[in-house]
Amino acid sequence: MNTDRIEKKILLRAPRSRVWRALTNNREFEAWFGIKFDDPFRAGAPMRGQIVGAAVDAEVAKAQQEHAGIPFDITVERIEPERLFSFRWHPHAIERGVDYSHEPTTLIEFVLDDAPEGVLLTVTESGFDRIPLERRAKAFSANDQGWGIVVKLIEKYLVQNP
Amino acid sequence: MHLVARLCHEGPLSIAGLTAGSRVTRQGVTKHLRVMEAARLVHSTRRGRESIWELDQRRLEEARRYLDIISKQWDAALDRLRAFVES
Repeated sequence: MNTDRIEKKILLRAPRSRVWRALTNNREFEAWFGIKFDDPFRAGAPMRGQIVGAAVDAEVAKAQQEHAGIPFDITVERIEPERLFSFRWHPHAIERGVDYSHEPTTLIEFVLDDAPEGVLLTVTESGFDRIPLERRAKAFSANDQGWGIVVKLIEKYLVQNP
Repeated sequence: MHLVARLCHEGPLSIAGLTAGSRVTRQGVTKHLRVMEAARLVHSTRRGRESIWELDQRRLEEARRYLDIISKQWDAALDRLRAFVES
């Protein structure tokens, strides 16, 4: 098994330009990914976003208090129209008041390929071997504390606000 | 890199053992081992003039759990993307 990377493939039944826009338009990115960036993505640019919550019920409101508004920094790497979009971030950088800027990053790459019924999207996150153990431990506790709940609340939000 | 797979299936190996039959150079293998060593996934013990490298099973388990968490988050994010673009 490979400990350094994760690769996901998903077939999307939508026009390539639609998928590209969802990935690279900052407002659309926010709607499904859950991180709000006020400015458009630019190749090579460091960008600060905010984790977004959506209060839809009591369980979710509690998780929202924990994570909503936490700043989340990425550095955009490449934007090759309708083909590749990549950026770097600090995985699980969701603790308030912690400066992650000197820690290693992972690279996230979105690659689009044609498929008979639409678009094949391949997402790869790599560089995990360089992430220090203490940071990984935070991922476990963060997961237990409610990152999973945050994901659910975004799903609920999107179902109720299509 | 299939170093983890090889160490998992074949047990502790020297650098010579890890580079045998592989296109990767000694330096390439050493470099990757050092990265994994810093993450405490592997450690080495000296046997004579060689270093023998082996996986730390507990760390490997932790790495798998960690990747599993990230993997599930990506599954959820991509499900949301699909719902978003296919609607």
